[in-house]
Amino acid sequence: MNTTAIFFVALPYTALATLIIGTLYRYMTLGFKLTSLSSQFLEGKVLFWGSQPFHWGILVVFLGHLAAFAIPGTLLAWNGEPWRLIVLEITMFAFGVAALFGLAVFIYRRITNSRIRSVTTKMDALVYILLLVQILTGLGMALLYNWGSSWFASSVTPYLRSIFVFNPQVETVAGMPFLVQLHIVTAFVIFGVLPFTRLIHFVVFPLNYIWRSYQVVVWNRNPKRIRAERSYFPGKTSVNN
Amino acid sequence: MNIRSQISMVFHLDKCIGCHTCSVACKNIWTDRKGAEYMWWNNVETKPGTGYPTKWEDQNVFKGGWEKNGSGIKPRGNSSKFNALKNITFNPHLPSLDDYYEPWTYKYSDLFDAPEGDDQPTARPVSLVTGENIDLKAGPNWDDDLGGSPDYARQDVNLQNLSPQEQEAMFELERMTWFYLPRICNHCLNPTCVASCPSAALYKRGEDGVVVLKQDRCRGWRMCVTACPYKKTYYNWSTGKSEKCVLCYPRLEAGMAPACFHTCVGRIRYLGVMLYDADRIHEVACSEDKDLLDNQLDIYLDPFDPNVIKEATASGIADSTITAAQQSPVYKFVKQWGLGLPLHPEFRTIPNLFYVPPLLPTMGSVTEGIYDTTTKSFWGGIENSRQPMKYLASLFTNGDTQKVEATLRKLLAVKIHRRMETVGDLPQEEVTTALTEAGIDQRTADEIFRLTALAINEERFVIPPAHREEATELMEATGDRKGNVGFGFIERPTRGL
Repeated sequence: MNTTAIFFVALPYTALATLIIGTLYRYMTLGFKLTSLSSQFLEGKVLFWGSQPFHWGILVVFLGHLAAFAIPGTLLAWNGEPWRLIVLEITMFAFGVAALFGLAVFIYRRITNSRIRSVTTKMDALVYILLLVQILTGLGMALLYNWGSSWFASSVTPYLRSIFVFNPQVETVAGMPFLVQLHIVTAFVIFGVLPFTRLIHFVVFPLNYIWRSYQVVVWNRNPKRIRAERSYFPGKTSVNN
Repeated sequence: MNIRSQISMVFHLDKCIGCHTCSVACKNIWTDRKGAEYMWWNNVETKPGTGYPTKWEDQNVFKGGWEKNGSGIKPRGNSSKFNALKNITFNPHLPSLDDYYEPWTYKYSDLFDAPEGDDQPTARPVSLVTGENIDLKAGPNWDDDLGGSPDYARQDVNLQNLSPQEQEAMFELERMTWFYLPRICNHCLNPTCVASCPSAALYKRGEDGVVVLKQDRCRGWRMCVTACPYKKTYYNWSTGKSEKCVLCYPRLEAGMAPACFHTCVGRIRYLGVMLYDADRIHEVACSEDKDLLDNQLDIYLDPFDPNVIKEATASGIADSTITAAQQSPVYKFVKQWGLGLPLHPEFRTIPNLFYVPPLLPTMGSVTEGIYDTTTKSFWGGIENSRQPMKYLASLFTNGDTQKVEATLRKLLAVKIHRRMETVGDLPQEEVTTALTEAGIDQRTADEIFRLTALAINEERFVIPPAHREEATELMEATGDRKGNVGFGFIERPTRGL
């Protein structure tokens, strides 16, 4: 087994398996430990300059990657006009820089603030290292190998898709520059460790809040049904209105 | 009608001696854990004062509760759900640990291990967060009994409705007075904390109306901390989860009063069931400012009314709960006698904790430098109260001084009536006038006196059976014990990954 197979076939499948099984396991059994572990309560002023640029930066960049993976044709069509390509590249680069700036503030804050140090775990350090490598390689690629939004869609997307259809085609990525390979490998590592780090909070983003009613009332039993029904096990399921 | 039952509470402020036994009982059961040291699910504040966390009543800063929005209402902080999700990365109005205080212990070992020297060894305070030496800037009840008045009492948010002269009068030495305000979660009918939680971790229990925060569901978005206008949800900085008062529901289900109620030395606390119409919650919360209090009191139903009993039965309320509602001391104080007022009804959460306002009659006055303790009538009278009515009105009636006066007049009438009964040294007409002005008869006055002064546990705490035999979830959560987080699962509350 050569290194290409290890990093671009074995690693992705291991990472995706851990991601899915790990997330389910953690969601179902370690519910209490499933939290964003916010430290804003201990320190909020510096955090603002870290949290806002990082979260919005990484979110936009992530959605950009997702678009290149999901709709490469549309993206390539958009990039057909040079000015549109340049606008896209600059925008993405700006959000990438924002994420890097935010991450730098995070790291600075975690090292200098004694309150934050006291709630820092080893996993936090791992997450910071992985994210730092990922954002730096990403930005480096954008500078060194221009027009990534196009060659991602045309060259990396086929590889990524081949993973998902269980027919890995590693030829294209095997020939790519080291920086690109490192970026891909780190990405899979991040997805692999995600269930065991604080990054899990993005999986439980509470989107359903939008359509939920403001007030939540939970009944341990359904008293109306208990009175009306003649079944042996009435109102067992809790109702929520 | 959709009738539900609600465990409601009355705190009789005239009886509170500010001993903090309630706070300590609560702390020992629920919050003596890492990350929860600074939490006081039950705290006792000195008023006038800034309270806990400092200036919690200032909604311009903390953005808690609801505000009017046209004919409806919206949360004051995150005005829409989209805003809430947008602010999830950074909550702009979150109080920080410094708005409470940094928890600490002392390095007691230094007292024993210090090398021999010329000075006495001291035990220095050490932060429970960082483990480093700290200088104490604030602590629990830092402003107890008007301690540090210039910094605390004079910053009281409720003073802003008072003129500078009225404020000065409050702090004149001879008039100086304070009272204690014990606070727990109000277990509101329209709780902003529940509305603010993006993950639906907070919910109101249908059976008894206790508002709890499900630890398994909490993701630490910390919106509830901002949203609760009473600042009664707390963020555990160690576990990354929020926590709040659970009204000792494991005790309630076993027929026992919550720990803070049970331990109350002054016996100021009453607990009982109120029946209310859940269909009217929104309408009441949207009332105009001037009608807010009346409409809130109107939502609670008469448990003796045959129609209410019929509707309650149809809504699935157990007969035992209806009986408990009829014997409820809260119903007597709030509805029958009109003595209980909610704290800050203008937050529009419809709180279920009512306060009997304190009677602070003038005991003396200063004329030309001479302190005179003689007063015309036996207790001075309401008009000469040392506490300005405007101040109490700002706390309990959204600024309506007449409602506070009416309540205090009743309390004074009871005192005058009882003085006549036991000592008999007052003119009969004074008694009659007092009772007439207060709008109560002798029998009611005796009843008020009895429940205020003589009532035993079973009269003060009327707890309906939890009907565990009909419950499923209730049966699962019987193993809670000291040291656990206490919300229906057994797991050590250690920090996540």
